[in-house]
Amino acid sequence: MTFRRLLPGLAGILLLAVVPILPVPPFWITLLNNIGLASLVTIGLVLLTGVGGLTSFGQAAFCGFGAYTTAVLSTHYGVSPWLTLPLSLIVGAAIALPLGLITVRLSGHFLPLGTIAWGLALYYLFGKIDLLGRYDGISGIPPIEFGGYRFLSDGSIYYLIWFFVIAVAIGARNLLDSRTGRGIRALRGGGQAAEAFGVNIVRAKLTVFVFAGVVAALSGWLYVHMQRSVNPTPFGLSMGIEYLLMAVVGGSGHVWGAIFGAGIVLILKDVLQRFLPGIIGTTANFEMIVFGILLVIILQLAREGLWPFVLRLLPKRQPRPVPASEHRLAKRTLAPAGSPLIKVEKARKTFGGLVAVNDVSFEVQAGRIVGLIGPNGAGKSTTFNLITGIASLTTGSVFYEGQPLTGDSPRQIARHGIARTFQHAKILPDMSVLENVALGAHLRGSAGVFRSFLRLERDEEATLLAEAAYQLERVGLGQYRDRPAGDLALGQIRILEIARALAADPAVLLLDEPAAGLRHGEKQELASLLRKLREEGVSVLLVEHDMGFVMGLVDHLVVLDFGTLIAEGKPAEVRRHPAVVAAYLGGAA
Amino acid sequence: MDAMIATFLIQDGVTSGAIYALLGLALVLVFSVTRVIFIPQGEFVAYGALTLALLDNGRIPPTISLLVCFGAVAFLLDLWDMRRRTDARTFLRSLGLNLVLPGIVYGIVTVLAPLGLPSFAKALLTILIIAPMGLYVYRIAYRPLADASVLVLLICSIGVHLAMMGLGLVFFGAEGLRAQPLDDANYTIGSLMVPAQSLWIYGSTIAIIVALYIFFERTLLGKALRATAVNRLGARLVGVRTQLTGVTAFMLAATIGAVSGVLIGPITTIYYDTGFLIGLKGFVAAIIGGLASFPVTAVAAIGVGLIESFASFFASSYKEVIVFGLIVPVLIWLSLSHTFHEEE
Repeated sequence: MTFRRLLPGLAGILLLAVVPILPVPPFWITLLNNIGLASLVTIGLVLLTGVGGLTSFGQAAFCGFGAYTTAVLSTHYGVSPWLTLPLSLIVGAAIALPLGLITVRLSGHFLPLGTIAWGLALYYLFGKIDLLGRYDGISGIPPIEFGGYRFLSDGSIYYLIWFFVIAVAIGARNLLDSRTGRGIRALRGGGQAAEAFGVNIVRAKLTVFVFAGVVAALSGWLYVHMQRSVNPTPFGLSMGIEYLLMAVVGGSGHVWGAIFGAGIVLILKDVLQRFLPGIIGTTANFEMIVFGILLVIILQLAREGLWPFVLRLLPKRQPRPVPASEHRLAKRTLAPAGSPLIKVEKARKTFGGLVAVNDVSFEVQAGRIVGLIGPNGAGKSTTFNLITGIASLTTGSVFYEGQPLTGDSPRQIARHGIARTFQHAKILPDMSVLENVALGAHLRGSAGVFRSFLRLERDEEATLLAEAAYQLERVGLGQYRDRPAGDLALGQIRILEIARALAADPAVLLLDEPAAGLRHGEKQELASLLRKLREEGVSVLLVEHDMGFVMGLVDHLVVLDFGTLIAEGKPAEVRRHPAVVAAYLGGAA
Repeated sequence: MDAMIATFLIQDGVTSGAIYALLGLALVLVFSVTRVIFIPQGEFVAYGALTLALLDNGRIPPTISLLVCFGAVAFLLDLWDMRRRTDARTFLRSLGLNLVLPGIVYGIVTVLAPLGLPSFAKALLTILIIAPMGLYVYRIAYRPLADASVLVLLICSIGVHLAMMGLGLVFFGAEGLRAQPLDDANYTIGSLMVPAQSLWIYGSTIAIIVALYIFFERTLLGKALRATAVNRLGARLVGVRTQLTGVTAFMLAATIGAVSGVLIGPITTIYYDTGFLIGLKGFVAAIIGGLASFPVTAVAAIGVGLIESFASFFASSYKEVIVFGLIVPVLIWLSLSHTFHEEE
């Protein structure tokens, strides 16, 4: 089965390998080289745009940094190209990092706008600097040598280029299919949910931006040693736009689509440049009209690009079995039942003049289920957001085992073992149910970008997936494991969120209306699951409207109305509390 | 540098700054109403300036054919939408808007262009040709994407920009053109010589800002646009037709683009691709305004004009580097001053 899965890929590689030996016109090889170089840049963009939900029009400038680094060092200083390779990549990363740092915290559209501006600025800069040969550029760049063999011809550097393309593509896929990759893929849809499970959103964005910069620099390095000369033209904004076009045409969520998109665009460009002048009668860059219209049409009619159409022709992928893992993840030691765990003290949140949470104080003890109830708009979800750091306290404080959480980010709070679900479920519909749950276990792994890229984290990954699979079985969603999470019904999605929270090995579970949308039987199963968790020592704080569900389950009830705590105590006492009756049934208390 | 040069540079900077202000305002307008980052704004400037320059030579500008083509494509798309169900009213409205309107413009221009009109009439004619293009660009490229993300709309804008710039090359050729000033008089105030064209620029910018203010504050349509900008869904729920507000925003943007083209055409040579760079300078200003604030954008645009003018004096070869590099400190400042909110 493994072989069948690899078959299309192996066939592709074999085809690539024999093309130069076949009697094809030489310009085919040149074209394929250019496709390979563009593919490298486009793979970076696919990760950035299609997966990470950011975009850049300035990737060509990163190629420029890679290209000029090696051009200057290998001509002026006689440094071997193999030594300049890491330097080119480092320069790419060193430029991307600060540019990324200043834009990733802003709303999504400032990054692309910024890239347009500095794409232009850098292009002009390349053309002004004496060291870089101004607009004339640098020529006489040495070729790449390997064991005495010089990669001089198009046919020989072809292999080098495509070796890098395939290596980067496989590495990029490895990266996406990992703990770090789940964090990156979470950027596009539910950054908030990912952050609640400890994913560092800013860092994930930076990771893809720097990755895209580095592979673009790699493309620039190869380009220079293929062309053996360099000038600013290929690093301008129009080339940057062309790379984005390739990513969109190929399919902005698919790594292999990047190569496909680069191929389509460059072949189309070649054909247009060959035939358009014959039709229109002049030789100008008319292909930009076609490219512009193509871009708009693809966005309107096939926003996922053309690669999904190719995928339909390939044999369908079987879902992978969850790898068996001997290791079990370490579990955190839970506080003894009855000890104070979360303490909310005079928490207050105002939105302008509206007091959403009005000096509320309560406590959640270890190994207890606490219900937070109240009519709509009572401030329950806001209280949740205050505890988990999604909203910031106006005044007051929240303590966890005596330590103040005030001012901590959701990520830091997640580290304490506080896991939550959301009132409006935040799942990643395109990811499988299993991967969604595995996102919850993010903090229980440690593999970073490099180990993921090189697939050195398989043991850890297997353990994380096994844990996710276990939690799915536990909540009764095991049969949906490999389905896209977006296929589930609303009630199942709520349960999925609970499984995700459980995968974080929580000390406290915060459940926001977990029973909404569940059928009677499902509610009972949920209740028995929560009771079981309580026996294991996990604390639960839940917001719920279904009183039958709440009353039979919780140890302690906290009632809010218009942001104010009006009653708390055992369910039976609270039920008779006059203020509670008034809040729910109206009338004078 | 003496005071003489300084005043000259300031005047120069304010003049181009006023144009960038117009463009920046149009960009903020379009973005806040439709969430489209309207990169092709600059193309309207180039089309406007080149159209005026051709009218000056007594030639019939090719933009009228382009307008008819745009209208025809929009009409075909409307027909496609109507393929299942249609009524006479929708059909007639589409026919009128997409075929009759450009036809009338075509007729007017063909008759009037060779007559040697006064320059003001030529300017109006130019605006008449360019303004409806906003309508068709919205209909063809953006309306089918109305619910897409900002990112998709931005990429779409790049596509529209490429196509429009390429069409500019086809219709106007690669040669640059310079239009005649609306008024070639010069006034001297003290030691300062002010060309009448500059006064036109200042006057038009102020007039457009005032007109926009009145439009947004005093008219129902203007308020509908503001409502859409604040909350799209909410505006729809209370009966604002967001397609109408979208069309209006694009028409306004095209009109402002054409006016900018008419104003800038006589002071610099415009090529088919110059508009993009001019538009981007408007963008630098709009970004400083956070793509939201009209007054900050207008002031920032003057600043961009001044920096550009002084940069071209002190470090002329780094002019573009400085102007576009300016965005980096701006983004740092925005990044530090704004609290981060995840987009829904």
